[in-house]
Amino acid sequence: MNGIATELIRIVVGLVAVAAFVGLNGLVLVYAERKGAGHFQRRPGPFEVGPHGVIQPIADALKLIGKQLFTPENADPFLFWLAPLLSFFPVLLLFVPLPFGPVLTVWEVDLGLLLILAFAGINVLALLLAGWASNNKYGLLGAGRAVAQSVAYEIPLLLTVLAIAFQSGTLNLSTIVSQQGSWPWQWNIVTQPLAFIIYLISALGETNRAPFDLPEAESELTAGFHTEYSGMGFGMFFLAEYANMIVVSGVCTALFLGGWKGPFVDGFWWYLVKVYALLGAMIWFRWTYPRVRFDQLLNINWKWLLPLATLNLLGTAFLMKVF
Amino acid sequence: MNPIKKFFQTIADLWSLIVGLQITGKYFCQRQVTVHYPRKEIDPEINKTYRGHIELVASPKDPTKPKCISCLMCVSACPSGCITVVKSKPPKLSPEEEQAIKDAEARGEKVKKPSAPKEPAQWKYDFSLCSLCGTCIEACAVDSIQFSNELYVVGTSRNDFKYDLLARLKSQAEKRGPVAESKPEAETKEA
Repeated sequence: MNGIATELIRIVVGLVAVAAFVGLNGLVLVYAERKGAGHFQRRPGPFEVGPHGVIQPIADALKLIGKQLFTPENADPFLFWLAPLLSFFPVLLLFVPLPFGPVLTVWEVDLGLLLILAFAGINVLALLLAGWASNNKYGLLGAGRAVAQSVAYEIPLLLTVLAIAFQSGTLNLSTIVSQQGSWPWQWNIVTQPLAFIIYLISALGETNRAPFDLPEAESELTAGFHTEYSGMGFGMFFLAEYANMIVVSGVCTALFLGGWKGPFVDGFWWYLVKVYALLGAMIWFRWTYPRVRFDQLLNINWKWLLPLATLNLLGTAFLMKVF
Repeated sequence: MNPIKKFFQTIADLWSLIVGLQITGKYFCQRQVTVHYPRKEIDPEINKTYRGHIELVASPKDPTKPKCISCLMCVSACPSGCITVVKSKPPKLSPEEEQAIKDAEARGEKVKKPSAPKEPAQWKYDFSLCSLCGTCIEACAVDSIQFSNELYVVGTSRNDFKYDLLARLKSQAEKRGPVAESKPEAETKEA
């Protein structure tokens, strides 16, 4: 009985910590994204609110919280307001098995990878509901794109993750990290470079980030699936998107980049450094590449990523069996 | 192109992704070009290429007065009706002078009445209506209108954009006055 109580307390405290982490990270990433967007175009980015605009994300958040929550006419109110919640809250669960440090894991799950992949799928449903329930043509088009895209890009993502799982013989993220060494040439990226590249591309597709941001393509679909959302309804999707970015970067760090291990002193700082480097790269990609067309998007997936990931998986399985 | 060649060509073309990242990365490291407006203003030399609202051109003889001859061509040419020009009235004659003219006319002589001066009495311009089409500039018979390079036009009410261009010309001439006087001195020193 006592054991269950301590486990419960651990999970509750962990979830609260994760919620705080996600919220703070949302602020930091919004700032980083806008500053990055500015500097890539030789602009200063947000500058007026606070020194160098550091308070800008807080002002944005307050504005979003203060705005009226508006349900469009003929929308399904239940599904309409279920969607943002369904988009945001499962994301918190994705942080549970992430190994931030040697002991800094909310709950070490043996099937951690499977848990992340399973609950990441709920986001697709949320986007579909959002677009469907808002009774808006742009919303529906965005939702259709979101489903086609996320379902397609989940497959190569899974296959690359499986390759690492074959190699490590486990789905426990902490164990995968502990099998890698401190120095960059001891990380899984050396043995699985192709899987790393495929993972990175599919992760961009999975989180609906540019150049694969078709579900919310602002120049074509106004805002895609969240066209009709105001205030924190939109804010929830926004937070969920950034939280998803952290999760895919976190999983990528654990699988390929040695997790919390690094040169000289191991610890959670190495994990955070690697995660933020990946996030920085995602921001860099967003402001470099133009958005792909929808047929191109699916062609990249079905004609390139999927066969390559399958070959990579087969090769890994063969080598693991032989040696 | 055979499929194998195409396959490797596609792989090779991925290099362009790296090139793109290099370009944006280079821009990221370069100095910003934004001018933070209320604290800094653009270099007036660059500003010369800017076509702002219209202004009057000073006559070469008197920098406080425009070349304008009050022909009203600009007023009739303006599609937005944002220009108002009021002609000057002829100078008022004293009763003695009027009497003298009347006497001369009674004697059957040809008398020249003093005519109104050509320069305008008022030159009002409503920037809030103007579409900056430049038709008035083309229509002007004496090239008395030009685009200013006024970039920082700020106002808190609609009336702030109704300009008295005669007054503007005068204040410009006063500002420029000392500079114009000091210039010939410098030239003589050099000579």
